[in-house]
Amino acid sequence: MSAKRQDGNDVWLVVRLRGLSMRLPRRSLPVMAVLLALLATMTVLSVSQGELRIAPFEVVRAVVGLDTGNPDHALVVREFRLPRIVLAMLVGTALALSGAILQGITGNGLAEPGVLGISQGAGLAAVALLTLSPATSGNLLPAVALLGGLGAAALIYLLAWDSGSSPMRLLLVGIGVAAVASALTTYLIVLGGITEVQRALLWLTGSVYGRSWGHVRTMGLWLLVLAPCALLGARALNVLTLGEAPAKALGQRVNFARTGLILVAVALASGAVAMAGAISFVGLVAPHVARRLVGPAHEGLLPVSALFGALLVLVADLIGRTVIAPAQLPVGIVTAVIGAPYLLYLLLRGRSA
Amino acid sequence: MAMLAAQNLTLAYDQQVIIRELGVTIPNGKVTALVGPNGCGKSTLLRGLARLMAPRAGAVLLDGKSIARLSSKQVARQLGVLPQGPTAPEGMTVRELVSQGRYPHQSLLRQWSEEDEAAVEWALETTALADMHGRVLDTLSGGQKQRAWIAMTLAQQTPVLLLDEPTTFLDMAYQVEILSLLDELNEREGRTIVMVLHDINQASRYAHHLIAMRGGQVVAEGDPRDIIDHSLICDVFGLECHVVRDPVSGTPLCLPQSCPLRLLNKEGRDTTP
Repeated sequence: MSAKRQDGNDVWLVVRLRGLSMRLPRRSLPVMAVLLALLATMTVLSVSQGELRIAPFEVVRAVVGLDTGNPDHALVVREFRLPRIVLAMLVGTALALSGAILQGITGNGLAEPGVLGISQGAGLAAVALLTLSPATSGNLLPAVALLGGLGAAALIYLLAWDSGSSPMRLLLVGIGVAAVASALTTYLIVLGGITEVQRALLWLTGSVYGRSWGHVRTMGLWLLVLAPCALLGARALNVLTLGEAPAKALGQRVNFARTGLILVAVALASGAVAMAGAISFVGLVAPHVARRLVGPAHEGLLPVSALFGALLVLVADLIGRTVIAPAQLPVGIVTAVIGAPYLLYLLLRGRSA
Repeated sequence: MAMLAAQNLTLAYDQQVIIRELGVTIPNGKVTALVGPNGCGKSTLLRGLARLMAPRAGAVLLDGKSIARLSSKQVARQLGVLPQGPTAPEGMTVRELVSQGRYPHQSLLRQWSEEDEAAVEWALETTALADMHGRVLDTLSGGQKQRAWIAMTLAQQTPVLLLDEPTTFLDMAYQVEILSLLDELNEREGRTIVMVLHDINQASRYAHHLIAMRGGQVVAEGDPRDIIDHSLICDVFGLECHVVRDPVSGTPLCLPQSCPLRLLNKEGRDTTP
């Protein structure tokens, strides 16, 4: 036996002020610090890469607005590269939080926005707009994709409701709705003209190509509202993962909490898909990695998922931009190439257990 | 003290009525066991008492007030509930699980008070889990796991504990371990304990008060020493039984009449009391 027995203070960092109190799992703090440092490093590295190579030190100078001796630097860094990189991180954050919430509610590690039909709903709406009315598609695209995602989620929720919100029914109905939406999307693509279809396919894969500060602002605001909602749901998620009966017994209003959390998850995912298309596997992989790193308590799991999701999309975009330069791979292909083997690994590991 | 009772309680799943117009009062500060054959409605009654199920008619009363009218959290501060066969998420530690028991005492602004911390320490000590508080639940034995879940309901610090088959699927030693723990909690802290038990002999040994059910109705209730006899077991379980005194506890012990033929042929049947 160890000389000093551990107590709660070794597990949680507790902050108390008068009647107020909160706590964070201690082991998530160093993980978050490392992820933040990695994010900063990778951001600088990513900005420095491209047709015009810029030394990392110059990147930092250009970002903070100092003169680098090359007038092109400021333009390339601040108008071309930084917006897409920041958007990649925001989108990754949103997808990862959405996946973490959905996995917590369903108690199923395979739940993510792409499995539950949210991405497919958004994709169907976007492809319909791109192929049926290509002239109006520019600015409307995010809004239409958002509506598509929310619409699919509403449909799934209504179909799955059976005097309560059973997580298993949600998953199964979601998979069904996803299949129907994918089929309709394929139908539209078969019918569409070649140029429209090319745009639609690129969008469906998920890409942050050519995104501007306007996109970043919209996504940033969306996250500014929804990320705190997700974090406030952490304790409810902790209780929900124990199962329906224990959650009820602990005084949680199960249907109310589930509905609220699903709404937040759907809004996060739909927003991300609206901005950058259907980037797959981020919502699946990020929460799994986070769970490995910091355990199942959502006070730590949610922020670590978010940071890891941001890092994942940022790195995937960097790989996509550089690996076959000067051509670019859409970020969604890279996340799929990383994510699909990981999914297989999860399934194989589950088989042996 | 919280007083729990059911009044004209009707409980149903969809169209299937399990319990019809049942009335029962749970004695305060005592250990009560719900017994009966499979499908008699004992677990359903416990779920109803625990507010895990809304009544079709009638009410469950807590200190005279219908629990359907109280908020979920108010109920959770009075009734600690251990549902049947709970499973914890992968990777959760004992301490993390036990601390969930504080949920009904917390709010958005008061997420982890000193009382929360003290209650968790107490629950860990009481269930003798303090030394393994950092262990991941998947690595524990069945009995330790069940103790951790009981510790979670203890951390809730409720005057009443409701447990649905706390000993099922456990080895005999673990069953005894869990029942002794509950007995101690009742003895030392005066907690009211209601549990569904499969084993009539365990029930008569550990419960002060027995509620025997069949077909959604209460067939008999009272001190096991007063109510358990040959005709009750016949009535409730449909089993011919020989009831003797448990040599260890002095409580009734039921021995089924049925016996393998090879034993009867060899030794004959000894029916001397």
